[in-house]
Amino acid sequence: MAADSEDDLLRRVRPPDWKNPLPRNPYDLIVIGAGPAGLMAADLAARQGRRVALIERDRLGGNSLNSGSIPSNAIIRAARVLVSLRDEEDFGAASFDRPRTDFGAVMARMRRIRSRVAEYQSIDRLRARGIDVFLCDARFEGPRVLAAGESRLTFKKAIIATGARPEPSNVPGLEQIGYLTSDSIFQLNALPQRLGVVGGGPLGCELAQAFCRLGSQVTIVQNDPKFLPHEDRDAAELLSLSLSRDGVITRLNTSVVGAHRKDGAKWLETTSDGVKSSIAVDEVLLSIGRVPNVQDLGLEAASIGFDVLSGIHVDEYLKTTHGDVYAAGDVCLPDQFTNVAQGSARLAVNNAFGAGTQRRGHWTIPWCTYCDPEIAHIGMHVREARQQLIPVKSYTVMMQDVDRAITDGLDDGFVKIHVREGTDEILGATIVASRAGEMINEMSVIMSAGIGMRRLADILHTYPAQSDAIRLAAVSYLRDQPITSA
Amino acid sequence: MQAVDELTDDALLERMQRGAFTYLTEYANPANGLVCDTSRADSPCSIAVVGFALSSYPVGVERGWLTRTEAATLTLSALRFFWESTQSEQPDATGFKGFYYHFLDMQTGRRVWQCELSLVDTALLMAGILTAGRYFDGAGIEAEIRGLSDALYGRVDWQWAQNGQDTVSQGWKPECGFLNYGWEGYNEATIVYVLGAGSPTRALPGSSFCAWTMPYQWENLLGHDVLYSGPLFTHLFSHAWIDYRGIQDAFMREKRSDYFRNTQSAIALHREYCARNPRGYAGYGRDLWGITAGDGPGNREMRQDSRDRRFFGYMSRGVPYGPDDGTIAPWAMLATVPFDAAGALRGTRHLLRSYPQVCAQDRLSSGFNPTLDAAQGGWLSEGWYGLDQGLLVIMIENHRTGLIWELTRQCPFMRAGLLGAGFTGGWLTGERSVDDRSVGERSVDGRS
Repeated sequence: MAADSEDDLLRRVRPPDWKNPLPRNPYDLIVIGAGPAGLMAADLAARQGRRVALIERDRLGGNSLNSGSIPSNAIIRAARVLVSLRDEEDFGAASFDRPRTDFGAVMARMRRIRSRVAEYQSIDRLRARGIDVFLCDARFEGPRVLAAGESRLTFKKAIIATGARPEPSNVPGLEQIGYLTSDSIFQLNALPQRLGVVGGGPLGCELAQAFCRLGSQVTIVQNDPKFLPHEDRDAAELLSLSLSRDGVITRLNTSVVGAHRKDGAKWLETTSDGVKSSIAVDEVLLSIGRVPNVQDLGLEAASIGFDVLSGIHVDEYLKTTHGDVYAAGDVCLPDQFTNVAQGSARLAVNNAFGAGTQRRGHWTIPWCTYCDPEIAHIGMHVREARQQLIPVKSYTVMMQDVDRAITDGLDDGFVKIHVREGTDEILGATIVASRAGEMINEMSVIMSAGIGMRRLADILHTYPAQSDAIRLAAVSYLRDQPITSA
Repeated sequence: MQAVDELTDDALLERMQRGAFTYLTEYANPANGLVCDTSRADSPCSIAVVGFALSSYPVGVERGWLTRTEAATLTLSALRFFWESTQSEQPDATGFKGFYYHFLDMQTGRRVWQCELSLVDTALLMAGILTAGRYFDGAGIEAEIRGLSDALYGRVDWQWAQNGQDTVSQGWKPECGFLNYGWEGYNEATIVYVLGAGSPTRALPGSSFCAWTMPYQWENLLGHDVLYSGPLFTHLFSHAWIDYRGIQDAFMREKRSDYFRNTQSAIALHREYCARNPRGYAGYGRDLWGITAGDGPGNREMRQDSRDRRFFGYMSRGVPYGPDDGTIAPWAMLATVPFDAAGALRGTRHLLRSYPQVCAQDRLSSGFNPTLDAAQGGWLSEGWYGLDQGLLVIMIENHRTGLIWELTRQCPFMRAGLLGAGFTGGWLTGERSVDDRSVGERSVDGRS
């Protein structure tokens, strides 16, 4: 079954017998990289009737499909199901043996899902839309010329969407003992008995919790004093508690300073405020961030500015230092999310072929970390508002006070809406809840539509519903206002 | 203890305050003035507990629990020790740059447990030292106390603790240098910035206090507007020394509140949370609360009412985001008495009636969990913690006479620190604000 899924996936994202087409120079648009941004850009331009070439050196779908959101969410879902089965007595189910993890089945399901999702952007569909797909390396050879494998392609416009890759280790000894990244962990065939996760960002936390729930003994090491350093402090602390409750051993404010092998185990050497320690594991997952893919692209030949840390230099319109070359997604933007990649691709295409006046500065970006409970955010954090001297007040509803969360037995978390004081303008929101990733989208619509707290309080929600917490926060706002006669 | 219902409010306060006070003398080393962190065997000294003790000795004098000479002698013993002990980068020194290590050996006064040179604990110690410097205004050894008080405070290099940042680091260790996190956002450390800003020698700049307040979160939580900080003690520690009534920094001016009223809001929030009791813990209610930092049952688990219960050891518990494992700090309600006397006394009476085991020798324990080991009367922390007892002495006195606040209001460094941090109004301008409460005049009978 697993082999069939992999064959299906490859047939869709990198057929083994693929032959690149003959170039149809010049192209209206050449897109380099076929992740979420590249696929979106190529599709949109093709639908506009442009002659489009799409170059990908690995698999179509990029990080999101192959080693990011899709496989990780498939595994997270499996881990959630196993946990809920273990809690069956809470819901009145007769007691039976605690379920064991069949890791092979978990990974096989993940591969089936990955293959299924790949169909929506398969190479056959791209070709059917008239897109010339080149599966090979791409390299600028001049201001308007790209080498694509053996071919020379010329373009009127180009978009660089090569994404990012896991940041490599700089820990002495780690390279020698071997470690996993998001690129390789989804290829595991056996559940590690002991897993050490280095890095407490979104992916590290998600996979630490999921693998712990699947049965690994997980230790997560984070050099910052809290997980998810960019998130709301209360959200991060709730996550920390949640990880501990699941049995994840958390080592905050701890740095990995070395690694070695001994007695058949991999040892991570750590230090925390001057206190040295070591952790024995069977596998190490390194999740310390991502770096943009700017190497080997010949960017200098086209006078495209970049640096290895922040990636391709772009202006507000996503234009590079080359007037007809744009960039989109992780290779040029600090917010490395699939939705941002796709949004930036739309913007780049529209600016490349339109008036070129769409700016990226005012996006309201929702994002989510898929731990349990999930942690989602949109708009401003309180600190950002205060740094801009905006008076801000947060209206918080605890999920433990929301009827549907109580009946579901899923009452960890909160909805927190940040409001510009003296007005009912919503500046941002943080949601920690079982399905925060879904709930935050209501906030996205609310904020995009310019709906304030007064109107929100009057918008009917189903009852009972977890998302009613959003309305209840607005009701708190109304109750907080001075009473005025009608 | 005599049946709690037979005691008037004042008698109850007297008993609990004196019980707490005797901890500070019973567990002190008269040779160096150090005081044990806890009553447990081999406990080291916590410098913060010494700070609370130095502020409590004047209370003892005023209440006739020890003579002025005894108090001055004990105080001078501590101040001489801190002045003469080793200040260096050596790992077994007592301090460095005028700061002190969090925990010290009770006999030698040297650093133990590879602990950190602690900013907040040094600030609490200095608050006690400055209080003593204001109280002992006589000649002879009292003059020496005043001299040492000024010298010790003036020796602290607050600017060094910034480590090039706007905020100050939480600490420093000879093994690794500065800890990689600073004091920022609202918590118990306001006093670090106030004392840092008031230094006559190495004062923190005004930008430091701004940086500290930058992550402040003004929230409407469970129907109460509050500058959020989860654990109850964070709303009390700086307040033990600083009379926040009617004075405001830029943040509180914007919110039309002050830190005194904010603690009242935090108390209301804690009481509301415990009334709702979302996790169904035993005992919790509007008159049984007190979720804060303190001792806990340790890393244990149990299953109850279809819930997995997980318990923690000594940790900082908070409301409403947690952590909350059903453990309350029995001292915490009473420590809020200057802010909500009725609630504090009603809660403490209810606690003592329901669970009299939390009080021994008129001292309230550090932690109590009635959910765990319920058949045996609940889990109870062993002995007492000095911080809890010291805070109780000061807070009860602030409620009864306002003595500590009166002393610190007269302290020029404290005043300079508050002004440097941007505080205005109220007693800082010599005016009594409209809502300036005269705590000493109140008599609240919390008996129901």
